[in-house]
Amino acid sequence: MIATRDGQNAYIDAFERFEKKVAAGDPAWLRRLRRDALARFADLGFPTMREEGWRHTNLAPLAEVAFHPALPGKNGISAGMLGSYLFGGRESCNLVFINGWYSPGLSTPGGFPSCAYAGSLAAALREKPDKIGEYLASAPGRESNAFVPLNTAFLSDGGFIFVPDGTRLNRTIHLVYLFAPGASPTAGFPRNLIVVGNGGEVTVVESYAGPAGGVYFTNAVTDVIAGDHSRVGHYRVQRESEEAFHVGSLNIDQAENAVVSSHSISLGGALTRNTIAATMNGEGGELTLNGLYFGRNRQHVDNHTSIIHARPHCSSRELYKGILDDRATGVFTGRIVVRPDAQKTNARQTNKNLLLSADALVNSTPQLEIFADDVKCTHGATIGRLSADALFYLRSRGIDEPDARSLLTYAFAGDILGMLGNKPLQCQLDLVLLAHMSRTEGMGAPS
Amino acid sequence: MLEIANLRVSVEGKEILHGIDLRIDAGEVHAIMGPNGSGKSTLANVLAGREGYLVTAGEVHFEGRNLLEMPPEDRARAGLFLGFQYPVEIPGVSNMYFLKAALNAIRRHRGLEELDAMDFLQLAKEKMKLMDMDESLINRAVNEGFSGGEKKRNEVFQMAVLEPRLAILDETDSGLDIDALRIVARGVNSLRGSERGILLVTHYQRLLNYIVPDRVHVLVDGRIVKTGGKELALELEEKGYGWVGDGAGIEHAAILREGALPA
Repeated sequence: MIATRDGQNAYIDAFERFEKKVAAGDPAWLRRLRRDALARFADLGFPTMREEGWRHTNLAPLAEVAFHPALPGKNGISAGMLGSYLFGGRESCNLVFINGWYSPGLSTPGGFPSCAYAGSLAAALREKPDKIGEYLASAPGRESNAFVPLNTAFLSDGGFIFVPDGTRLNRTIHLVYLFAPGASPTAGFPRNLIVVGNGGEVTVVESYAGPAGGVYFTNAVTDVIAGDHSRVGHYRVQRESEEAFHVGSLNIDQAENAVVSSHSISLGGALTRNTIAATMNGEGGELTLNGLYFGRNRQHVDNHTSIIHARPHCSSRELYKGILDDRATGVFTGRIVVRPDAQKTNARQTNKNLLLSADALVNSTPQLEIFADDVKCTHGATIGRLSADALFYLRSRGIDEPDARSLLTYAFAGDILGMLGNKPLQCQLDLVLLAHMSRTEGMGAPS
Repeated sequence: MLEIANLRVSVEGKEILHGIDLRIDAGEVHAIMGPNGSGKSTLANVLAGREGYLVTAGEVHFEGRNLLEMPPEDRARAGLFLGFQYPVEIPGVSNMYFLKAALNAIRRHRGLEELDAMDFLQLAKEKMKLMDMDESLINRAVNEGFSGGEKKRNEVFQMAVLEPRLAILDETDSGLDIDALRIVARGVNSLRGSERGILLVTHYQRLLNYIVPDRVHVLVDGRIVKTGGKELALELEEKGYGWVGDGAGIEHAAILREGALPA
């Protein structure tokens, strides 16, 4: 506990230096927002395993380390090093952030109507602080756990995307977060704000990566505000170093007839926690939450999702698939709340897990809280191993055992990629997944 | 090519095969016939290397190598092929990817260059035509949602692509209508040759009207009780399995007329 305090104090101690160095010129409301958030974080502290929602995730390894908030500055990353981290190459609008700070030299923004905005949050804060302040104040579910206030305390940069009413942004926007850890453990606090007006349409990819062996902490928060009849495709690809800590909070606020899909792929991180809270605040909304998590060695990956059906005639579909090898551990918690008003809700939740070793472990907990009577809600969870019949079938055709296992593992993950609804992204994630798998096993890419 | 000597096999502590002797030379087609539960599929599975079978005595040599010491993939690479009685559905893995990976694993083993996607597709299309298969099946997941007949044709299609030295077909005829049976037989016959051995494991004589065997063995209660030429199959059909045994331990006097036995 004392160690945990130390870790927590490190952020509090760092705050003043941070404020002096990068936040001195910020408007008063923003400085107050940060200070309030810091106080809230100091008050809450890191969640412990006694708390509901954290019972299977031990944060001590994260809380013990005194991470220093990363400051902007030289980082030695050049455009040539970005190659494998970009999706869609020059086709997409790439906004690159190093240690959480926007890097104009590495980014390829633009290509949108002037009424739209897709750029750095820091720039937007300078250009239209009042507007951003409004969104930050109204953003949903921010106080759910200590990580959101911690992010807010150091809030300074990230992606800000604004899609005006009736506007469709054709280029995929890719928020590329790369970590270049320094001599001491550093922490980054990306803050993304995606505001889509009525009838607006946008596709956003967030990706997080860092060099192998890097010890750092990414504490990211993304707020999605989806207006009436809007369509939002959101993707999150987490390929952090396997020594890194990654905590991501995604809040989705969905208005009438909005169609939102969010796909989360978690491959890296020593400890990963994704918290997703979606609220369907308008009638006729459609939400898809899909996820794939892949843990090995001693990785721990925790996905905690919560879908609140607040209004009638909404549908949500959720499919999370987990693959756990070696001594990796996984957690899936899927909470669905149907409020009294939300008649004719249609909610479906599925969690499937594949354990590749006898030492791997997964905890899967569906939580349905239904307060309306005319609803259709289903949920199901499975935990299984590779089929011995299928393995033998492949081997009997000449495919050796490691390749047969890879092939079946890949196939298990395949339908999540197939459901991305974005062909170029699917092809690239296909390669990412195969490359990830081939780090321990020897299978080539399919052609 | 294949020499089985005094092979005894147990499953879960119960002996199923009580000493099988069988020799197949290159260029020969052998048929093993027998009633349900006689050990036909056990023999096929042991030869392919399936887990769960305990060899308690005997030896199997394939092209001079000790087959029983080889993992299943090495047997396949050495040229052994098992056509499954119940082909396995593998969601998420396309037929195309699966078979190309298998063929290239075998080609690598033989010191041949791997086929690229274009060359493989050409080969696959040619063999699908032979098997009268819809080309769309190549992009579908392995056996997923295939009808019983499509699965069996897919087995023979795989065999035609992989060109094994010894093909063991485990009840490949069961569940096929007469047209599908003809197509399957055409696929198998196209592979007959002086370099290749074929072992047909079957319930019914009817397959042997289309694939005429050189030798027929009757397996009853884990023993080969009679061996003869192709005419033995016809005789069996007429007289039933009760006829071949010496009476001892043979209780499965099966009627071999089509449809009289469960598939």
